[in-house]
Amino acid sequence: MSKEKIRAKERVNWPITILLILGCITIFFPLYMTVMIAFKQPTEMTNDIAGALALPKSWSLSNFVEAMEVTDFWNSLGNSLLLTVATVVLSIIIHGIAGYAIGRNKGEKKWYNIVYLYIVSGMFVPFAILMMPLVKQTAQMGIANRFGVIVLYTVFFFPMNLLLYSGYLKNIPMALEEAARVDGATTWRTYWSIIFPIMKPMHATVAVLTAMSTWNDVMTPLVIMSGTGKNTLPLAQLNFQTQFGTNYNLAFASYLLALLPILIFYIICQKQILNGVVNGAVK
Amino acid sequence: MKKKGKMTNRDLTFLLITIPVVLLFFCFNTLPLIKGFMYSFTNFKGYGDYDIVGLRNYIDLFGDERVRNSYLFTFKYAIVCTILVNIVSLILALGLNSKIKGKSALRGIYFIPNILGGLVVGYIFSFFFTYILPAIGQSLGIEALSSSFLSSTSKAWIAIVIVGAWQSIAMNTIIYISGLQTVPEDVYEAGSIDGVYGWKKFKTLTFPLIMPFFTINMVLCMKNFLMVFDQIMALTKGGPSQSTESISYLIYQNGMSGGQFGFQSANAFVFFVVIVAISVFQMGFLGKKEEQL
Repeated sequence: MSKEKIRAKERVNWPITILLILGCITIFFPLYMTVMIAFKQPTEMTNDIAGALALPKSWSLSNFVEAMEVTDFWNSLGNSLLLTVATVVLSIIIHGIAGYAIGRNKGEKKWYNIVYLYIVSGMFVPFAILMMPLVKQTAQMGIANRFGVIVLYTVFFFPMNLLLYSGYLKNIPMALEEAARVDGATTWRTYWSIIFPIMKPMHATVAVLTAMSTWNDVMTPLVIMSGTGKNTLPLAQLNFQTQFGTNYNLAFASYLLALLPILIFYIICQKQILNGVVNGAVK
Repeated sequence: MKKKGKMTNRDLTFLLITIPVVLLFFCFNTLPLIKGFMYSFTNFKGYGDYDIVGLRNYIDLFGDERVRNSYLFTFKYAIVCTILVNIVSLILALGLNSKIKGKSALRGIYFIPNILGGLVVGYIFSFFFTYILPAIGQSLGIEALSSSFLSSTSKAWIAIVIVGAWQSIAMNTIIYISGLQTVPEDVYEAGSIDGVYGWKKFKTLTFPLIMPFFTINMVLCMKNFLMVFDQIMALTKGGPSQSTESISYLIYQNGMSGGQFGFQSANAFVFFVVIVAISVFQMGFLGKKEEQL
């Protein structure tokens, strides 16, 4: 390769870089607006644009303190964390081993292939159709609460996670397991000591995808947990909106509080999250 | 190792794992689906007694104006959003995949909308459409912008499209970027020797090679947009005058608290069949195109 060609390859495309940086305004503007309004007092909100978008007179945290109280922030955050962590852990344990059992057998045994297709086709069932019967069913079973929501999530994410796990298993050679079997290990032990650790990249993907969907989901807790008086972070915003919708400064402080945990998490684990999403989508 | 007719230990372990998870899945996915289907033949209000009414719910469904409008709105929304999102995402992905400065930072920034919850994002944009955009419109003297989109029956859906697209573009862009990275560099080198540049390069080289990613994005987009709920809940609650009522929202609203449990079950079942039909059609149609290329 000639020197000129190498240089052409390395040359930064400035027009595109600048356009892309300008494009970031569309991402940051709503966030900027949220921060500005969240810090202001209602008296500062005049009817022109500056009233909403200018910097606040003082950076007081009073809106946040009040919003935390009104939305019962720590409890909502705790519930959201509980639902998300429990769902992710259960997904990795249950979907992982189910993916192993079904994925390893679906090639040879017809029955497992039918099971595989049956569960994966569950992806097409919209929540809207399950919603009403599930409200009745969970109430009858006495699990119209946080536990019920966790069970439902574990079921709803099963089709996609089964697809991911059994797809990943195709690349893990059988020889690894056979060696363990010759040494006298049971299938159960083989899975936990050999297959489970090997599937680590897929666990990360499953964790990211499941966590994002669980954390931001509104509909399931809305219809299942409505009688318990317990809130998740998004639900707290929904209830807050119906009660205090007109105090925008308080509302935006509350929105910002609801967005912060996932934003912080994203900033810390950005690389893992992006990798997880790409892995999941491409498979 | 394996003897016909006799179950090995390994087979037994697999069976003992599979049976409980299948039962769990059946209990919370298939069973409610069947129950919903059965309710769709009744006049159940969600409480009290009910009678079996046969196919009447299904017949009424086709004559019901509110249901028809919700289908029209949902499809208009899903189609416009799918096209918009795929065009913008593809352009963004091409930009983010070219030789630019700060590539990983920019990619990270453009993904932010996807991690944020639809409901809260909807509330934030609701303020933007109610106060900021009209104020901008008034000061610039643009009449079309000077009143709130959300209070207009003809324009409220545009606001929902913008919010839905804002969030989805992030995800689709990432998928397209990973698609573009699978295109080997020598394909472009060969192309540049043949004098293929710009739009022609994209049309004849890049796009055919990332066709599988286009398929994924189309199917994912369409399915997600057809199920739109959070944005409606946050922005319009189906209004003004039911002009932005999506199918999911209507089922939730009237089925859960409107005393139409049976009727909306029928609606939900039709919706389910529609989603399956569209997904199968899309995958078949786009899959065939993939083979041709």
